[in-house]
Amino acid sequence: MGKMIEIRWHGRGGQGAKTASLLLAEALFNTGKYIQGFPEYGPERSGAPLTAYNRISDEPIRVHSNIYEPDYVVVVDETLLASVDVTAGLKETGGIVVNTPKSPEEIRHYLKDYKGKVGTVDAKKISEEELGRYFPNVPMLGAIMAMTGLVEKEQFIKSMEESFHHKFATKPEVIDGNVRALKRAMEEVRIS
Amino acid sequence: MAIRERLSGNEAVAFAMRQIDPDVVAAFPITPSTEVPQYFSQFVANGQVHTEFVAVESEHSAMSACIGAEAAGARTMTATSSQGLALMWEMLYIAASMRLPIVMTAVNRALSAPINIHNDHSDAMGARDSGWIQIYNETNQEAYDSLIMAIRVAEHADVQLPVMVCYDGFITSHSVENIMLLEDELVKNFVGEYKPKYSLLDKEHPVSMGMFDLPAFYFEHKRQQAEAIKNAKQVLIDVQNEFAKISGRQYGLFEEYKLDDADIAIVIANSTAGTAKDTVDMLREQGIKAGLLKIRLFRPFPADEIAKALSHVKAVAVMDKAEGFSAAGGPIFVDVRSAMYGKADGVKVINYIYGLGGRDVGVYDIKQVYDHLQKIADSGQVDNLYNYLGIRE
Repeated sequence: MGKMIEIRWHGRGGQGAKTASLLLAEALFNTGKYIQGFPEYGPERSGAPLTAYNRISDEPIRVHSNIYEPDYVVVVDETLLASVDVTAGLKETGGIVVNTPKSPEEIRHYLKDYKGKVGTVDAKKISEEELGRYFPNVPMLGAIMAMTGLVEKEQFIKSMEESFHHKFATKPEVIDGNVRALKRAMEEVRIS
Repeated sequence: MAIRERLSGNEAVAFAMRQIDPDVVAAFPITPSTEVPQYFSQFVANGQVHTEFVAVESEHSAMSACIGAEAAGARTMTATSSQGLALMWEMLYIAASMRLPIVMTAVNRALSAPINIHNDHSDAMGARDSGWIQIYNETNQEAYDSLIMAIRVAEHADVQLPVMVCYDGFITSHSVENIMLLEDELVKNFVGEYKPKYSLLDKEHPVSMGMFDLPAFYFEHKRQQAEAIKNAKQVLIDVQNEFAKISGRQYGLFEEYKLDDADIAIVIANSTAGTAKDTVDMLREQGIKAGLLKIRLFRPFPADEIAKALSHVKAVAVMDKAEGFSAAGGPIFVDVRSAMYGKADGVKVINYIYGLGGRDVGVYDIKQVYDHLQKIADSGQVDNLYNYLGIRE
């Protein structure tokens, strides 16, 4: 078994965490990797906590369970910090990125003083400014890719542009905004 | 050239259906199989297939429509899960007993009650005596490949029986993973044109189907049906060998993973087999001779072959993702243990029920099973025959 990267997403129903995990899978697939992207399905309710997962490897992936010891965690909704143990099993060699206007230093206190990398990005602000609506998933995707460096930046953005053109074929007006949101999050994410 | 893609299990199966281009698809939506007819109906709407898509009002009607279409001479496919398969019950037997080679995707999901949308194998295991051929699949790739091969097995003159292609709900159906797809032309040529020997619309050779059958002949008809499903084993072997030539992927009646020199082994079906392979590798690194046998063809059951493959191990755990409620082990356990009786005596065989209603099973959960087997292999004593993996009690 080669080195496998595992990512866990925490979001709320309707915020697009599942879509973000599938977009991430797609981006890594485009670079030649083996990927998995899957949500943990529960009762589908808007606003309910949900989890989604990614595995990325240079070799075929055989394991088909949830992820308990992720390398990285993405928190799409800051309010989840109060109710979900987001750092459970998170490796200290990895990192966590949270959607919040707060600094990484402030947020670390809410993460049981997690020792690995902590990143923060104001995905709400970026989303509202670039898309006119609150869709935090694309900025969070940008932020986690900036933290992990799994794909070279320009290649990732190009790959995502292609995905957006495919995904938003029926509403092309949102493509540019999503690309801008993605790029801004990659620039604005603060990591400590 | 094979096409490198990333698809969910449901996307992969719908893609295969587009390539197969059946004459009729009749289906009713139910989680987690809904996407199969959903994606396929888009292919119909886009004119990418020639299929007559019949949107019915229930799964009972879906299977009834499939039976009518197949009897008329149409290559027919459908998909369902859980309660949908349960509602098809009486029609499943009729499809098989009328020798209609319908191919159905069964995206495995728990049965109510309590209501649960997640994966286990209760639905398909309940249909194991219906006369359908059943093929279980670990991945999106295997499901895609099996669906294409299922057409050839079902329609083979020595078989003429329906086939159920099973894979795990959500875990396989909704997870996006890498896959190698075949080109359309290759699939089209592989499945060929459907020329049924008997059909209701063949007016030059009129036949009756589904007739009243008195004691004078019913028994003989059942005997012929039993012979047909027996034949399916060799036909599947031949079709798989032929498929290997176009795909480069060779399948067997079951898969052996590091079983040759294993002291302890588990028998398991569908997606958790992949997880268990990682457990096997982990244990091998520790010098423990762990192995695995993955069920693929479950009906007909390759009893002699499985007994032979397990005859050299010291202890085996048969993993069932269905309870069965026999109070004497789950359905796969019962068949494996029965197959080994008189052929692999001395091997200790235990049963584990796992993952019911979508309870997640990871690499370390499977390790507990191997740890238990190691204890049995060392002591020669079976402490508990029937076990529940990770249950809280």
